[in-house]
Amino acid sequence: MSIAITTQIICFTILSLVILIGALGVVLLESIVYSAFLLGGVFLSVAGLYLLLNASFVAAAQVLVYVGAVNVLIIFAIMLVNKKEDLKPINDIKSRRIISTSICLTLLSLLIRVDLTNVWSLSNPQNSIGEESTIRIGEHLFSDYLLPFEVASVLLLMAMIGAIVLARRDVMSKDISTGLPVDQELIEKSSEPLLTNKN
Amino acid sequence: MEYGLDLEYSFNEFLKGFGLSSEIAHIIWLPLPMLLVLVAAVVGVLVTVWLERKISAAAQQRIGPEYAGALGVLQPIADGLKLLVKEDIIPAKADGILFTAGPILVLVPVILSWLIVPFGQNLLISNVGIGIFLWIALSSIQPIGLLMSGYASNNKYSLLGGLRAAAQSISYEIPLALSVLAVVLMTNSLSTIDIVNQQSGAGILSWNIWRQPVGFIVFWICALAECERLPFDLPEAEEELVAGYQTEYAGMKFALFYLGSYINLILSALLVSILYLGGWGFPIPVELIAKFLNLPINAPFIQVFTASIGIVMTVLKAYLLVFIAILLRWTTPRVRIDQLLDLGWKFLLPISLANLLITAGLKLAFPQFFGG
Repeated sequence: MSIAITTQIICFTILSLVILIGALGVVLLESIVYSAFLLGGVFLSVAGLYLLLNASFVAAAQVLVYVGAVNVLIIFAIMLVNKKEDLKPINDIKSRRIISTSICLTLLSLLIRVDLTNVWSLSNPQNSIGEESTIRIGEHLFSDYLLPFEVASVLLLMAMIGAIVLARRDVMSKDISTGLPVDQELIEKSSEPLLTNKN
Repeated sequence: MEYGLDLEYSFNEFLKGFGLSSEIAHIIWLPLPMLLVLVAAVVGVLVTVWLERKISAAAQQRIGPEYAGALGVLQPIADGLKLLVKEDIIPAKADGILFTAGPILVLVPVILSWLIVPFGQNLLISNVGIGIFLWIALSSIQPIGLLMSGYASNNKYSLLGGLRAAAQSISYEIPLALSVLAVVLMTNSLSTIDIVNQQSGAGILSWNIWRQPVGFIVFWICALAECERLPFDLPEAEEELVAGYQTEYAGMKFALFYLGSYINLILSALLVSILYLGGWGFPIPVELIAKFLNLPINAPFIQVFTASIGIVMTVLKAYLLVFIAILLRWTTPRVRIDQLLDLGWKFLLPISLANLLITAGLKLAFPQFFGG
């Protein structure tokens, strides 16, 4: 066995272990902050798996989008609303846990079956495009995957408009969640500059 | 454009001369450049700390450190030693694991980014194809470390500092990436080597700063904001937040933050010089000098000369920018958080978008000047 293959196997084992244990931790840990940080670790390890598969551009994009944007925003949101309150105990917690576990196990067995029955066409390692992949991804995004790419941008635009509407409730006269008229005075007060009262 | 010394090849050949297989030779070679770059980064930090102390003293009409070595050059080493031997304190109500992991997560991505900093044609650790994109991706990990240490300290100032750092980092990453994208558009490649080679045609005249003046300024402002240097050091604004996310830190963990911020500053200066100031290029092309001296470009003397000129030029340009950053720090007031976010989202973002659009248009109109 050559040194390169040994290194690859060691890296793969470590990364998969981190992904599995980290993902379990995200689901099972009580502290939401730990879950969020572990999620970042899982995302990073997935990027490491992409690197092992010679997809360096996808790995960097994974780090930038999932770790740098999604996970940071999740942690940010958790810390902004980090109220120390005890969650209400749920009555039928046991049956809920049984149902969710069985659904997850069914999905897992389905995935394993697909994995075992499908004939995976492994490309020849000699033909791997490696560093060329950035160019190839760009070509695909602007030719046969142009429509999904553009539709995704429309989706993001909709999400952004929704966020703006939620954040700037003063553009509406009624509160969208409760239906009560919005207390305009409160909004005016918060958007007033701090220094105007001094002169 | 394949010229220059290939140290790896000669080193491997040298080891093979002792009867080692090429794989063993490769494994012995691998840690060497990494170690060298790590040492270079740390020495760079020591120099920068000394410069900061001396220049700030000059800006405030003081003398600055004087007794530790000639002109106080040993002062940074004394600082480092002090931090090394100080007691490592974890506050009683802090979260021990996250408190320790935070500084590591801040420092490691910065050091990893040195992977792509070239000091010459073959003088870098790895010429990865995604090059400059790797740096952008890695620098986006840093806010997690800042949030982590801010949260784990169990201190309101730390938490506020961490949140501010993350907000600032996210908002300035976008104009930063867009101005890098304009340079990449002109180069047709993400690799830092290609970016420098594209600027090496006519010496100082072909540097990107003449073709991307707006991009240069936007990138520099964003780089300063990413490094949390004044005028953008809100995350650790001492009058409001004690020291931001590092309030509770002492000893070596504080030193990791300190090292991280200075390594990041040097890295940003290096990247500005690579992206906009011709990297390792001499203001007059070396080929012209060789022609003038009637020497072939592949002569060993010229090769060594080119390599040393390259290293000197890269470091010189970077330290010129570090000097400007230090001057800015000691002469400008801090911006407010709303001004900071306004500048990032309402000014730099539209400008860098327009810059990208204009660059794309100019590339189509004048392919010979803006890369075809």
